[in-house]
Amino acid sequence: MSSSKLSISTAPFLKEKETTPNIMLFVVYTLLPVLGVSFYYFGLSAVMITLTAVFSCMLTEWMFNKSGDKLKSLKDGSGLLTGILLALTLPPGFPLWMVFVGGVAAIGLGKAMWGGLGQNVFNPALLGRAFLQSAFPTAITTWSDPNGGYFSFRGTNLALPLFQGEPVDAVSGATPLAQMKFEKVSTDWIELLIGNVGGSLGETCGAILILMGLFLLLKGIIKWRIPLAIILTVSIFSGIFYLIDPEIYPSPIFMLLSGGMLLGTIYMATDPVTTPLTSKGGWIFGIGVGILIVLIRIWGGLPEGVMYAILLMNAGTPLINRFAKTRVYGHKTTK
Amino acid sequence: MSSSSTYSGKTRTFSHGIHPEEYKELSSDCTIQRMPFVEEYMLPLGQHIGGPSKLIVTKGQKVNRGEKIADASGFVSVALHSPVDGEISDIGIFTNPNGQVLPGVKIKTDPYSTQVMEEKPRDLDKMDAATFVNEVQSSGIVGLGGAAFPTHVKFAIPEDKNCKYIMLNGCECEPFLTADHRVMAEWPEVIVDGINILNRFAKAEKAYIGIEANKPDAIEALKKVAEKNDFPIEVIALKVKYPQGAEKMMITAILGEEVPSGKLPLDLGVLLCNVGTIAAISDWFRKSKPLIERVVTITGTAIKNPSNLLIPIGTPMKDVIDYCGGITDDSPRILLGGPMMGAIQKSLDIPVIKGTSGILILTQNEVRSLDEYNCIRCAKCVDACPIFLNPSALGLLAKKGLWEDMMEYNIMDCFECASCSFVCPSSIPLVQSFRVAKGMLREQAMRDKAKEAKEAEETKD
Repeated sequence: MSSSKLSISTAPFLKEKETTPNIMLFVVYTLLPVLGVSFYYFGLSAVMITLTAVFSCMLTEWMFNKSGDKLKSLKDGSGLLTGILLALTLPPGFPLWMVFVGGVAAIGLGKAMWGGLGQNVFNPALLGRAFLQSAFPTAITTWSDPNGGYFSFRGTNLALPLFQGEPVDAVSGATPLAQMKFEKVSTDWIELLIGNVGGSLGETCGAILILMGLFLLLKGIIKWRIPLAIILTVSIFSGIFYLIDPEIYPSPIFMLLSGGMLLGTIYMATDPVTTPLTSKGGWIFGIGVGILIVLIRIWGGLPEGVMYAILLMNAGTPLINRFAKTRVYGHKTTK
Repeated sequence: MSSSSTYSGKTRTFSHGIHPEEYKELSSDCTIQRMPFVEEYMLPLGQHIGGPSKLIVTKGQKVNRGEKIADASGFVSVALHSPVDGEISDIGIFTNPNGQVLPGVKIKTDPYSTQVMEEKPRDLDKMDAATFVNEVQSSGIVGLGGAAFPTHVKFAIPEDKNCKYIMLNGCECEPFLTADHRVMAEWPEVIVDGINILNRFAKAEKAYIGIEANKPDAIEALKKVAEKNDFPIEVIALKVKYPQGAEKMMITAILGEEVPSGKLPLDLGVLLCNVGTIAAISDWFRKSKPLIERVVTITGTAIKNPSNLLIPIGTPMKDVIDYCGGITDDSPRILLGGPMMGAIQKSLDIPVIKGTSGILILTQNEVRSLDEYNCIRCAKCVDACPIFLNPSALGLLAKKGLWEDMMEYNIMDCFECASCSFVCPSSIPLVQSFRVAKGMLREQAMRDKAKEAKEAEETKD
């Protein structure tokens, strides 16, 4: 601001230093180790899918931005975050052109259409993935083996636009969740923590996700209520079935460490925009997500339910906000 | 973060609130100094909440220090006195703090004016509660915490209500300000004496003095005097948290009860008063000294010598600044009051008035406007609001101008402490828009009332 500019403002004249772009960037920084692990397991594919998703999200953000300051919504860092999160939910062998379509859907349908940052009902990254799931159901359920070398592509990464493409690698590994669902074979929890299993780019390594989640909690970027509510609900709900028949039903530990459970709980179910404001609302949201995850995983047609569980509860968030109001000081009830 | 030291004992507090940087160390160790007389004083007639005072002097008339120059114009109004010996030099319309242009009077100081006044105790033994209230009104005393609400109105306890506790507010939770701190540390006997005078008529069970823990010397000083007092006075250390000094927050911290929405502290039996105000009460009844001067903190990062000064009411701001060594920044931001609830000033051609608790001279680096982003519903404001409102939802409604819907979210309970705007990472002007909304709603209510009255009259005809 130049010194000659007349600035008229009203109190307060002090301000906490934390800003929205800082918060977004901080979350992006915590995703860098996750991306690193993803590169370790899925090599060049991880890098290319992430770059494509980020590019596509930022480009869409820029195109949809109608405000005078063309770069403003790029500056807030939310597009970058959505791009990385979307990439982390995709299979390693996913065609890059489909990733691009997913990025456009995430920002276009998931955010810009609602009025930009803060206005959307659904988590943009998950909405983009849901779009891809319904548009390309085969490609998004084709998994690659985690050990395929650093500098090679996986699956159908390089498929020409509008084509499915032929996979470049022969090995295709099923995810632990699919093995559980269709073959009733459980995966050892240590494997799930280390991440040497099939799955989406960012979801396989449980250890790094737990570490980053704790870091975000410690820094106060995410709140503990929703993750705790989800984890408790999933443990208790799936634990009951496990106790009834451990042969058919997965153990709670397997439930917590497999699939997108950790990635979704730490990075998507804590998205402030699409989750309830109050602590009471947070509990309702978390318990709802937990129940839906178990219901979809055990009885649904799909092996994985985290994405739809969060999206469904996103849809319920405006309603939860309306009912889970706080009691105002000096009032007897929560009217 | 904190100034030199903190009280180490147990503290009480309310839930929610914020922790802005304190900046108190700039002036917390500066003892109260008397500001010398200047050439001319400017006294606006409306320095308090309520009707402006009614002038009783004419141009050219000689007045003495402490002499009444204006009467109260109604019950919610107070008298006004000359701070110096001198001559009424002008009666007219002058610029006031916050850019208001109001009628006022100028007094040219007699070069031989002395600060000494005849000290004449008032006869308390012959006074009943009603005369006590009249006395306070004619002393010109208003709340010195910043709101400038006539003190006698508070002291006039209605028949159906009863004062159980006298509570003194010594929190001074606004960053930078240290005036109350110094008053408590240096004049504890005067404060306790003021309580005793008030209690002759309030007949409370007990008095509390609430002080934030960042003023250990004030806590110690008052504890020492309170111990020896016949009437029980408990000094309570409160946690350093903003807005601890808001009356509702202080009552909740000390009594553990909430003031019901739309009610007054007196409904809980609490008579609440600022520490500086009670010291002024003692001055009036023991020395017949009306409210003609007050302690003001002059501080900030752009003033040469931060100080706590006893300033005659009506002293031009620029003389105060000069006395403190001047401003060290080319384009300073000048605030009256604290940085959380104070108001920015465009000129220094304004006087210190009864409600001036602090003058802050800041640099542009501190008073900066940041880029505003969309609300990301992070709920930081929800966790900060001391009265548990939902500023996030209110902010979205305010942006759309849905004032009536804001009523449902209890906007009228908001007392504009600005904690929400302080924490908002998107720099949304939350409290700023709430002020507008409350103004609009009050105006609408007035219009509705007028319309109703008109309709009632028409049907009568």
